[in-house]
Amino acid sequence: MKHIKTLNTASLKKSAEKGGCGECQASCQSACKTSCTVANQTCEK
Amino acid sequence: MIHKYRLNGYNIIMDVNSGAVHVTDDVTFDMVGDDGGVSMPDMEEQRRKYAGKYTEAQMDEAAGEIAQLVQSGALFSEDYYAGFAAKAISSPIKSMCLHIAHDCNLVCDYCFAAKGDFGHGRCLMSARIGKKAIDFLIEKSANRRNLEVDFFGGEPLMNFGVVKEIVEYARSLEKEHNKNFRFTITTNGVLLNDDIIDYINGQMSNIVLSIDGRPEINDRFRKTAGGRGSYDLIIDKYKKLVSKRVGDYYVRGTFTRENLDFSEDVLHLWSCGFDQISVEPVVTSPELDYSLREEDIPAICEEYEKLAKIIIEMKQKGERINFFHFNIDLDGGPCIIKRLKGCGCGNEYVAVTPEGDIYPCHQFVGMEEWKMGSLEDGSFDNDKKQLFAANHVLSKEKCSDCWAKFYCSGGCSANNVQYMGDIRKPHEISCALEKKRVECAVMIKAALS
Ligand code: SF4
Ligand code: SF4
Repeated sequence: MKHIKTLNTASLKKSAEKGGCGECQASCQSACKTSCTVANQTCEK
Repeated sequence: MIHKYRLNGYNIIMDVNSGAVHVTDDVTFDMVGDDGGVSMPDMEEQRRKYAGKYTEAQMDEAAGEIAQLVQSGALFSEDYYAGFAAKAISSPIKSMCLHIAHDCNLVCDYCFAAKGDFGHGRCLMSARIGKKAIDFLIEKSANRRNLEVDFFGGEPLMNFGVVKEIVEYARSLEKEHNKNFRFTITTNGVLLNDDIIDYINGQMSNIVLSIDGRPEINDRFRKTAGGRGSYDLIIDKYKKLVSKRVGDYYVRGTFTRENLDFSEDVLHLWSCGFDQISVEPVVTSPELDYSLREEDIPAICEEYEKLAKIIIEMKQKGERINFFHFNIDLDGGPCIIKRLKGCGCGNEYVAVTPEGDIYPCHQFVGMEEWKMGSLEDGSFDNDKKQLFAANHVLSKEKCSDCWAKFYCSGGCSANNVQYMGDIRKPHEISCALEKKRVECAVMIKAALS
């Protein structure tokens, strides 16, 4: 494409099918602790 | 839904439901329609609107590329997740915050834990309660294998013997129950010594080292009981710990209204040799002078932008720096189920006090009405757990229309209670800052791609 550069694959929908194993780290969002966007977590799979 | 914004010379379009992120030229950015749009705009109308600004050929090309992305599900993709509510059921508890010491050897003015004791008097957790907590976690975690235990306080090193006993106890049960414990600890550093450094470097999968940044900023709030600043007491200890560390760590600071130029603190910490850095907005009562207010939002957002630009420059030079809030994984991030659930407080995650009381998370500790049970009498309130399980991002009115929902996951329930009186009502200031951080994080990706 000439006008658009896509940075990633559109994978959220796919992740609904295979996701949800629950093994990944808990992610406190509060500033009092590790606050981070959930999106910075890594998947365990 | 799309979210589009311009930052640092980049035109960015995020497709909320698919997670796709696009960087575009001006004509595409205009032709795609308004921020928040849920479907492709009428392209004839768009052409008329931008007729003087772009050539027909430019608009044709842009419209064609937009249509291609729509076709491939990477733009204006459908909201596929509404059915999730039915699946928002109780999960096994697999993560726990142990309040190992409701006591502290610093008296930081802004402490949300009321100088360590959470307003309930000083108290250390006994090894007996700690072991009960481990038993509880093993039992409630069902088939989850990875279990997290965070040693928190007050200051956990004030009760370090018990930390060790609990670690050893948990390790002794791993094999038999097929569990893998991941320990973390948050410390103010005052009591660190060589033995403790070696022990926690060996046992903890993550270590959080509290320090606010520049000496004068740190010492403004983080003081000993005698009123002395803590910077000189801790900095060399942190350097030593990090120099020997193989696993994750980060230095973590708090910014307040008094250091809205907190990028200087990030850079100070970096110049001390730390490359994993988190500096976060203070959580405190709005009446206090140093609390963050709505009128501070523009200045904070500007500071985030400034920091983002600095980090881009540093990374382009090959420097290592990881500012926690700009950390985002656009490709390999967590599955959508995790993104909907968020922090897991009260559902997958609980906090245990020195007395053995169970709360939805560390920030609820001391709010009597939110207590979930007790390790002493074996009580546990499953209705409350269910309430938190159902508290996913789409269940919050304001979040369900928010473009950041799959990055933020609905914010902090405890802050929502503190500021808004309702776990489902997000706190304005937190939302504004969260959105800005996501925008900066994505822009950094665009700049470095
Ligand atoms: S908490 Fe705020 S920023 Fe986060 S998803 Fe909800 S509305 Fe959006
Ligand atoms: S409710 Fe807030 S403080 Fe508690 S775990 Fe969730 S994000 Fe963290």
